[in-house]
Order: sequence, then structure tokens, then C-alpha cells
Amino acid sequence: MAETKYTEDHEAVYVDGDVAWVGITPYAQEALGDLVFVELPEVGKSLSKGDEFAVVESVKTAAEVYSPVDGEVVEANDNMPDDLELITKSLADGGWIAKIKMSDASQLDGLMDEAAYQDYLKTLD
Amino acid sequence: MSAESKIVEMMEEDHKPEHDGDRGLHYEENLLWEKEHSDSSGVDLPEPAGLKSRTGVAERGNIGLPQVSEPQALRHFVRMSTWNYSIDHGFFPLGSCTMKHNPRLNEKIARHPKFAHIHPMQPESTVQGALGLIYELQEWLAELTNLPGVCLSPAAGAHGELAGMMTIRRAHEQKGEIKKRKIVLTPDSSHGTNPATAVTCGFEVRNMPTKETGILTVEAFKEALYKTDPDGADVAGMMVTNPNTCGLFEKDIIEIANLLHKAGGYFYMDGANFNALVGKIRPGDFGVDVMHINLHKTFSTPHGGGGPGSGPICCTDELAQFMPVPTVVKIGDMYKLETIEDRPESVGRLKGYQGQFGMHVRALSYMLSHGADGLKRVSEDAVLNANYILRQLEGDYYAPYADQGPCMHEALLTDKHQKEHGVQTLDIAKALIEKGFHPMTVYFPLVLPGTMLIEPTETESKDSLDRFITVMKDIANEAETNENAADHFHSFPHSSPRRRLDEVKAARNPQLRWKPA
Amino acid sequence: MRYLPQTQKSRDEMLKVVGANSIDDLYVDVPKAAFIDGKANLPDHQGELAVERYLGAYANQNHAAPDGPFFLGAGAYYHHVPATVDYIIQRSEFLTAYTPYQPEIAQGTLQMIFEFQTFIAQLTGQEIANASMYDGATATTEAALMAMRITKRKKIVIGNAIHPDYREVLQSYMWNFDGEVEITDGEPDETTACVIIQSPDFYGAPHKYDSLRKKCDETGALLVVVVTEIVSLGLLPAPVEADIVCGEGQSVGLPMSYGGPYLGFFACREKFVRQMPGRLCGISEDADGKRAFVLTLNTREQHIRRDKATSNICTNQGLCALAFTVHMSLLGEDGFKRLATLNHEAACKTADALTSIDGVELVTENFFNEFTIELPTQSKEVVEVLAAKGIIGGLAADDNKLLVAATEVTTDEDIDAFKAALQEVLSEVLS
Repeated sequence: MAETKYTEDHEAVYVDGDVAWVGITPYAQEALGDLVFVELPEVGKSLSKGDEFAVVESVKTAAEVYSPVDGEVVEANDNMPDDLELITKSLADGGWIAKIKMSDASQLDGLMDEAAYQDYLKTLD
Repeated sequence: MSAESKIVEMMEEDHKPEHDGDRGLHYEENLLWEKEHSDSSGVDLPEPAGLKSRTGVAERGNIGLPQVSEPQALRHFVRMSTWNYSIDHGFFPLGSCTMKHNPRLNEKIARHPKFAHIHPMQPESTVQGALGLIYELQEWLAELTNLPGVCLSPAAGAHGELAGMMTIRRAHEQKGEIKKRKIVLTPDSSHGTNPATAVTCGFEVRNMPTKETGILTVEAFKEALYKTDPDGADVAGMMVTNPNTCGLFEKDIIEIANLLHKAGGYFYMDGANFNALVGKIRPGDFGVDVMHINLHKTFSTPHGGGGPGSGPICCTDELAQFMPVPTVVKIGDMYKLETIEDRPESVGRLKGYQGQFGMHVRALSYMLSHGADGLKRVSEDAVLNANYILRQLEGDYYAPYADQGPCMHEALLTDKHQKEHGVQTLDIAKALIEKGFHPMTVYFPLVLPGTMLIEPTETESKDSLDRFITVMKDIANEAETNENAADHFHSFPHSSPRRRLDEVKAARNPQLRWKPA
Repeated sequence: MRYLPQTQKSRDEMLKVVGANSIDDLYVDVPKAAFIDGKANLPDHQGELAVERYLGAYANQNHAAPDGPFFLGAGAYYHHVPATVDYIIQRSEFLTAYTPYQPEIAQGTLQMIFEFQTFIAQLTGQEIANASMYDGATATTEAALMAMRITKRKKIVIGNAIHPDYREVLQSYMWNFDGEVEITDGEPDETTACVIIQSPDFYGAPHKYDSLRKKCDETGALLVVVVTEIVSLGLLPAPVEADIVCGEGQSVGLPMSYGGPYLGFFACREKFVRQMPGRLCGISEDADGKRAFVLTLNTREQHIRRDKATSNICTNQGLCALAFTVHMSLLGEDGFKRLATLNHEAACKTADALTSIDGVELVTENFFNEFTIELPTQSKEVVEVLAAKGIIGGLAADDNKLLVAATEVTTDEDIDAFKAALQEVLSEVLS
């Protein structure tokens, strides 16, 4: 099974070949509260690592979701705006916001694995 | 059941009142569109003569407006009004909002027929009184800020911010530096309008951290100023609220302003907290180049459930030429509106006509009532009241900056202690509602989690403050000693016209108007 | 001082509690240089009587609309406001409340806003409306900014004669874009964010939108319709073709008050809701399942989004929206339409009277409650001379043109007096 990687901004990345499925971590969901809206990227949009590609909104805040890699949006999760609970699912089960075709998969090496991310969360707060 | 009796039952069903929730003085009231449509208007207008239409277009069809008689309309709004908390009802310690007493004299004067029924485009010879009043208000604000350029046209605080930042932008443009000066510095404790305004003016925002000390340190400022240019030559200016949103006076402000000026930047002051300074301390004397003033805060024009506000700006002589138009000038014995033709360097017009004139009348009425002596007292009592609350509550709530010394006109607390018992700032706010108070400002400023910003203003008596303090202490005690504190607090409020609202439901499927079923 | 409840005794007690010897101990962080020496160079406090006299003297220098025949409009209109309106807006619960951020104790304001939004949506023929803007001019600029966000284009086309203040405000705001935004007159093309059309236009002529709608569909530009006299929507068709309808609501419930506070309104298609500026009130329910109203979609706004907000606007014109809502509910469907008809008829009568004067021509063949005439001489001078005779005779525009407005307040006597005075002035000027 492919590994899930994490960013310091709480994006979660599931790697499927050269495509990264990107969503947000349970920690981010907890911090936001119930989502009320998600703004999806346009398919075909090219992204550099660190670019904002989506926005997730709760009643109290809105958060940008940043691309963890360079690449191109190949699919946006069109089901999500109508079923916001999807965000709580695992990435492979529909919790992804967009799929990004990576142009440089080595950029993933800089991301955290599950254990490193859990350690990172302990440093917050 | 016969068809006939079924119809009768349906008719009865139709005529059942929508709500049967009235209890004592708690009223329920449906929407205008849910009432029976009256067969005549609540305004008796004369019969039209039946002239042939000369509009050149088709006549409008059914609009779908509701229709009720005058007593029904009056009762509708009076019943709705009983669901609102207001400063006239009680203590309203909303930090950064300056909810003070609104004298009715101001309302009476603004309604003088010769103020209320003058048109903004009448010949100037016919509105010399209005122009004279605006001119006098300009003079008062100039004196109180020691900033001689005054423009009254901005409609609200955020609009004043825009006017002020555009004035700065124009100054840089005139110097040929607008292309390279793109950065506006602002502390992370600033009002949300500050970064939003800077971006509206085409600037980029650079945040300055203030969490540790609650104030902007010279070090943090220098780091931001020189971050991308050793001389700070890419910085257009800074937007700082002083006293800041933690309720503290920026004690290094003169040094910071000097450094900024040396780098060629301008100092914009968000005047939301001017109530702490009015009549006693002048922003022009601590380096401010341009600021706005919320007439609806410091000078007591009523908040009206969210407006109208009024946000005049005051600036230095250097910047005065760039302010928006119109402003009022006095030439000989005559007052005159200064337009873009008179002041071509101006950033131009930002609002239709001359601004919120009705608010100008109210503010000047308030200022005349207080005078120089009264306004100074406003600042002093506002500051004393806030410090009294801070010292009375610092043992019960976490007061992050209380050890550093006195606060200005508002006191900052957080829910750090209560959170250990599962009680958060939102719960404390809702408990206050249950106990008959309007809550303080919550979750602002953003520098710390769970902030509570308390601004008592000068128009509260010691007795009023003591009652609030007692309730706040009770809440802290309840949070600590109640075994089910979390559940207990989550259920608040019980006694208000409505209990906690499902905001997620409202936002996921926004229904923003009544629609026929 | 009557507004300050603290006594010397209470102040002393409180100073003791905070551990200060004097009030100035509390200002330790303020640099000495920033203090006023003594007190400000302004008069000391005054009682009600003195303040009322003092400001009353300013008022008495003004010539107000009830003082004589009054025919000035141009985006601000002299209408009658029922007594109930002013009573309601002076109720403490509305007048001295804050923005309804605590919905449990602000349902009065919130339900009012919801009703206001519904009124605006119905009048403009649009799907949704916001809780109001500063005024018509700023609402129009916000419409252009919103169209730029939606279309990601930077050209604003002005389709007809819009109010000059509205155009100036638009230009001032767009200057912030470093010359990237173009404002032109004419018709939309493929680079146009929106075309702005005012109806009735500045000169008073009502417009149709079908051909412009077609051009917008062809080019992808949005159609923004501006209405400066909202009473016109009781007689003219709703601009349903528009993507955004905005303008000025002063005519319903608010006095002219020398230019403010007024009531900008803003309505649009539902699909643009997340790009809208300003506050919005929506329906929800409380913990007991009762219907309740709440400010919603706040994440568009500056207090949450900060530098990414749709607009820097913080306040609306809450109390003005209340005045509008009360006046509208008093008028109802029949009253609002009758009011519009009476306005039109007053203008028809005025136009007929004035154009019966030799040398005075009607410029706007079609109009609602305001029209333009051509005088045989400079209109600016005529307006000044009329004013000296106690008649506010309209707005001088473009050399010999005069904009004249009439409303339900205008009487036949006013019209006769205006006609006689204009006749006299013209014969004086021309002789």
C-alpha cells in the first residue's frame, strides 16, 4: 500500500504512481471545525510547490490548501462540495480534494511520514 | 370526512397562527411575508390622476411585496425589537467597539428639518450652515489629533482606512516611488480591515509578531522594515492601532515612527481605539501621518445594529493635498466644497456627495456637549474603568499582559484557566448572555488563543462594573467547581429569545431571502 | 458632566484597587511628548440648551426643502417618510445595538436584515441581496470589483450616463490597480469584466436591457444595472436581465440629510454569492429547533479573511436598512406601486408646465420622476437666481441643461410657482 505523507501546513498526500492525491489531515479538520464549503481547483491548472490550489471553509475560518509538489491538477473531487463529510474519509476513500500529476516526485522526499507528522503535532500547541 | 368539512379544516389550519411561543414578555413574530395580505396599504396615498405613462417601457407587474396595515407593521417591528440587547439596556463591554451611551440630544439635532431636508447638490449659497458645521467638525478633529488635514467623507472606519492608505499611496506616487514601495507592515494583532484595506490599495501585507509582549517591539519592527531591503526602501508604510488591540499603548511608538519615516514610509494609525486618547493625547504628537476616527465609537454616534458609521481621516500638512475630495474650506465669510478641480493632487472621490452628514451633526453635538474638559475625562474614565476590571479579574482569568503594567481603555483576558475544565471563551460569552450581559469581544485579537477583549467605556458607573465583575467571577468559579462544567456551559444560553444557533446549517445551504413555498 | 457616571469617590476607590496614586499613573507607557499640556484648545462642556442653540444657528442658515418649491434630485430625492419609520429606528433596541455578532440576543436586527434582503431581491428582480452598502456610489464600485473577481478581467465599460459621483468613486478605487484597470464608455467586448448601465439614467431616461444582455452573453461580460431612484422600481420593469443590480435606497425611509447617511443596496445572482461584498443574513435554527437568523458566509469578510477578503468593508448601513424595511412594510405592494405612479405623474405635470414656457425644450422624452430640459441660457446661472428667489429648481448640467425632479411631495402650487419663477428668470436673463 502506498504511503501517506504530510506537510507542516497539514496537507495529507497519498501517492499513486506519479499522481499525488491531496487532502487535509484530521488535525486540520479538527482545527477548522465542520466544513461549510470547499473551493476546488480547475482541472489542468499547473501548480508550483507551495501554490494555493483550494480553499476549505468552516463557519469560523477559511484555510488555503497548498500544493506539496510541482505539477498539474488532473482531477478535482467534484463530489466534495455536495458531500462535505467526504473530507473526513481517508484519502483513498474519497477524502482527497484534488489529484496532482507530479512533475518531480522527488519533492515528496521532503515531506513527513506518519510517525514524523505525529511527532511534529506534539511540538505544536 | 366530507369534502366540505375537509375544506373547513384546511381553512382552519391555514389560519392557525404560525407561532404560539409567546410567554410573558417573550414574543414570537413571523416574517412580513407570512402574514395575511391586507387589501390596502399601511400608507394612505392620494389616488393617482390616471395620466398616460411616459416612461417608454412596460409597466411593472406583480412584485410580490407583503402588505399590512400601519398597526400591524408597527407591532411587527416593536416585537422584533424586544429580541435585541442594546447599550440602553445594559453593559456592553465589546472590545474595540466602544459601546458607550448615545445621547438623544444628538438624535434631536440631526433631525432638525433644516439639517434633515437639505439636498447634497443644492447651491452652496443655500447650505452655508451645513458647510459651516462640517468645517467646525474638521477643526475640532484637527485640534484633537494635532493633524491639520481633515476629510469627513469616509462612510465608516474601513472606508477611512481606505481613504488614508490611498492618501499614502498618492504621496509615494508623487515622489515616483509607488512602483518600488509595495509593502505595508502591520502587527498580527491588527483589525482584519487593516490587511484587507492594504490589499484593496494594491499593497502587500507583511505581518509583525507581537505575541510575546503584546506590543510592537523596536526589534520586531526593524526586522520587518529591513527584511527585503537594507534601507526599508520597499516599504510604503505601516498600519498600527494605538493603543493596540491588546489594550496596550505602543510605548516605543515614537522611535518606531522615526525609523519608518527615515526609511521613507508613512504611519497610518487605525483610530478605532481613540477613546483611550481623546482630549488627552494627540496622535500627531507621536508620529502619526494619517489616521481615521470612528465617529460611531469615540464620538458616540449610535451603532444602529451595524451602521451607519462615519470614518473621517486626519493627516499631516504634507499629506493634506492628497486626501479625498470633497473637503470644506473657508474663503472669507463663505464656506465652500473643495472638489478635484480645486485640489487636483487628491486621490479623488470615495463616496457619493459629502459623506455621512447626519453623523457629522451628531458627533459635533457630542463634542460640544463634552468640551475640552469633558473629552479629557472621557479618556481618563475609560482607562480607569478598564484597569479596574483587569485588576479585579486577573486572579480569575489568565491576563497575559497584566504583569507588564496598566492597560489602556480595554482589558485582555483569555480562557486558558477555564479551558482546563472544558470551558472555552465561547462558553463564557454564552454564559454572560444567560446572566443578562452582552459578551465582550471574543477570539480577537488573534495573537493568543481564546482571547476576550473587554472595553467598558467611560459611561459605566462603578456599580455597573462591579455587577459585571461579580458575574465574571461567578462564571470562573462555576467553570472550576462544576463537575460537569463542559456540558453545563455548552448548554448556555437558556433564557435568551433564541438559544445557540446552528451556524453550519446556515452556511452549508445559505437561504438569504424569503421565498414563496 | 452629564454623560459621565463616575463620581470623585468612585474614582478614588477604583484608583486604590488598581494601585495607582493618580489617573496619570495609568498612562505610564505614553511618551511625555504626546500629552496635551493641560487640555485641548477647545471650548469647555455645555448643557443641552446651549448646544441646541449653537447648532440650531447653523441649521437656520440652510434653505431646506420644506422652505419652498423643491425640484432637485440627481440621486437623492425628497420624499415623505411616515412617522412610524422614525419612531421605530429611534427605539433603543435598534438604535443602540451593535452588529448582530451574538445572534441569541440580536434576532431583532437579524430578522430585519433578512426582510431587507428579501425586499431588495424582490424589487430588483434578483435572486439574492446583501445587508446593504455605504451608498449607491460605493455599491456600484463594489459591483465592478466583484465582476472583476468573477471574470478575472480588468476592463469596466460604462454603458450610458451614470451619476458623475458614481463614476468618480469608481475611478478613484480603480487607481489602486496601477493603471491595470481600464474604464471606458461604450459597449462590452471579450476583455470586459462588466458593463454598467444606470436606469433611469442620470438625465432621467429609463432604459431597456435586452440588447445589452445579448452583448454580454456574447462577450462574457457581466451586466450591472444601477438604480439611483429605487421608487422607480414600482413602475418600471425589474432589471431581471442583470447579473448585478445595485444603487441607492435613500428614497425609501431616509431624509436627504445633505448626502448621508444613505443606503447602498446590492443584489445579484445566487451563483455569485461567495464573491459578494458585505454582510449576509441567513436562516438557521437554534438548539431547540426554533427558526433563527444569523450572519452567514462570514469567511468572505475581512475579520476572518484579512488580506484575502472579498472587500475591506466592515459595517453596513444597519439603521438605514431598518428605515427602508419599515417604510416598505408600511407601503406594501399597492402602496409602493401607487407611490411610484404619483412620482411619475408629478414629473409629467412639471414637465408639461415647464415646457410650456417659450424656449424651454424637453430633452428626455421618456422619464420616471426626473427629466432634463434645455433652457435658452446657461442653467447654472438660472439655478442660482431661482435659489435666491427661494426655489430649488433642479441641477444645472452641461451648459443649458437642467435636471428637474418631482415626487409625491410636489404640489400643483409648487409647480405653478416654479413655472412662474423660471419664466421670470428667463425673461430677465434674456432681455
